[in-house]
Amino acid sequence: MLTYTFRRVLISIPTLLFIAFVIFMLLELAPGDPMASMPLTIPPEIRQEMRLALGLGEPWYVRFPLWLRQFFVVEPQYWIDNAFGTNFADGAQRIISFQSRSPVFDTIAQRMPQTLWVVGMSYVVGVLIALPIGIISAYRQYSVFDQAGTFVSMIGFSVPPFFSGVLLIVIFSVQLKWLPSIYDTTHVVDDWNSFIFQLKQMIMPVMVLALQTTAQVSRYMRASMLDNLGQDYVRTARAKGMSESVVVMKHVVRNSMIPVVTVIALGIPSIFGGAIITEQIFKVNGLGQLLIIALQGSDIPMVMTITFLLAVLIVMMNLIADILYGILDPRIRYD
Amino acid sequence: MTDSLPQRPAKPVLTAGDSSAPLTVEKTRSQWADVWDQFKTHKGAVFGLGFLIFITLFVTVGPMIWGVDPGKLDIRNKDVRPIYIALMDSNAKVSWANPMGTDNLGRDIMANIMQGGRISLAVGWTAMILTLFLGTTIGVLAGYFRRLDGILMRFTDLVLALPLLPLLLVMMLLFRDPLRAAFGPENGIFILIVVGIGITSWMHTARIVRGDVMALKEREFVLAARSIGTPARRMITRHLLPNVLSPIMVSATLGLATAIITESALSFLGLGFPSDFPTWGKILFDSVDRMTSFPERVIWPGLAISLTVLSVNYIGDGLRDALDPRIRGL
Repeated sequence: MLTYTFRRVLISIPTLLFIAFVIFMLLELAPGDPMASMPLTIPPEIRQEMRLALGLGEPWYVRFPLWLRQFFVVEPQYWIDNAFGTNFADGAQRIISFQSRSPVFDTIAQRMPQTLWVVGMSYVVGVLIALPIGIISAYRQYSVFDQAGTFVSMIGFSVPPFFSGVLLIVIFSVQLKWLPSIYDTTHVVDDWNSFIFQLKQMIMPVMVLALQTTAQVSRYMRASMLDNLGQDYVRTARAKGMSESVVVMKHVVRNSMIPVVTVIALGIPSIFGGAIITEQIFKVNGLGQLLIIALQGSDIPMVMTITFLLAVLIVMMNLIADILYGILDPRIRYD
Repeated sequence: MTDSLPQRPAKPVLTAGDSSAPLTVEKTRSQWADVWDQFKTHKGAVFGLGFLIFITLFVTVGPMIWGVDPGKLDIRNKDVRPIYIALMDSNAKVSWANPMGTDNLGRDIMANIMQGGRISLAVGWTAMILTLFLGTTIGVLAGYFRRLDGILMRFTDLVLALPLLPLLLVMMLLFRDPLRAAFGPENGIFILIVVGIGITSWMHTARIVRGDVMALKEREFVLAARSIGTPARRMITRHLLPNVLSPIMVSATLGLATAIITESALSFLGLGFPSDFPTWGKILFDSVDRMTSFPERVIWPGLAISLTVLSVNYIGDGLRDALDPRIRGL
């Protein structure tokens, strides 16, 4: 197991390098000029100097390794310096945003909590709703509950977040006036009322994202439960005279969770992708919105860094899912 | 198929020669008739197919009957509410000339939904076909030729590890202007969106097709075909492709649903078609700012997208059951 983990970690390094290269080259082809928003009165030679100052003068084979060095060496050095008061970085150049002229990672660190709160909460809520639905649907296959569960997950697959979100706003903010339609990120929770307000403004974005998660995870849970319910060990457990709740909750659910846990791990990156749209609807100033703004402003370092961070997340979750599968299922041996 | 199911009641009776010896022979049923019979038992799938046909007719034949130019500005008749509002509020500005209402520039919403649906469905179908083509080609090549398998599947894994939505957004932004210059504003964006969706969603089809081809390759009929010297090209087209048709068809429905949603999402983020060029996602996006006073304007296109995707998903569900010979005929 340990050798397998080690090997997988080693393999993911060239994967990540390749992905970084693909993203870099895609942005390199960009005809969008970061100088486009500058006044037209700037003379061409000054414009050229400004381009050089942004670091755009060198060819890609010089800039790509430099970016890698900044991302993997310089930025972690700054983190360590910040955490322990050391001075490893020694004033080295950080990754700077074209738009705000501040380090990219500072902006990302500011935006991260909002996204994590909304996305993380919605994922937890989605999974918590999905598991019981999947278990009951499978246990009472073809019952009314199962049919309803199938229908709800079909809706979850089919209704895109930009419609379900807008629909929720129309119903709960415009017609009923129960919930605020804009997520206020400056809101500070310090007493009971502000806590209630925070809950209220989180309900809609969380539910929109949770619907997608629920649809997927409950389907997987149901299928996995159905696979296990027909197995011989279930008959044995019943024959031993165990109560139905013990059979289902202790024997079947535990075994059915094995593939579902990996599905849950694999779904985390895609929910961040979905958050791009949801943040746009509810005006959450999180990472997704940052990415859209950076894209529109041709802010290449910002786009590059956020996209690459998402890629890191995907590769990491794939790795975790595979390793979890090996740990949880004793039948799987990778060596 | 015919003699393996003797218990099935023979439908047409063929009398051979003279009537003294009635010889009952079950008429050969084609595979597709069986599939259709099974498909019909899935209620959701039949509803889905019905709705898909309806919406396709609505966007193709509809403009010929309705005949209102979707781009025509009629500023005097702006902000007309849909006709059913008159039931709740007798003072509302409604008109039978615009049953779904008009937008803030007086453009007829029904005509816009029809026109937008044309684009959305066209993008969906074309992108789906491209996805299938790429996925099937890569899947068959990887499954059939052992030498290509390693490299093609590594490549598939790499593409799966890319953050696709952000990259699609980047692609939209980067290649919009060059393609617009080369093919004109509408065609350029159309090509860009279709290709963008196509090259970011072929991976699952490729994996499924590869697995099926690898399993089929070990079967006797392939060995028989090889023993009479069938070349690889004909082996793939005559023997392998027809047998992987069912997983391809199921992933086709999934591909159509994803393509429609992705196109609308891009339009919703403001990175799709230009603003005077309606698609369902674009109409939805344009109406969001004024949804407080005119909620119907976001609901029409949203419903169109959701119901179309829902019906396509149900068709996929029904097809999966109908194409599975273990379920069929029960």
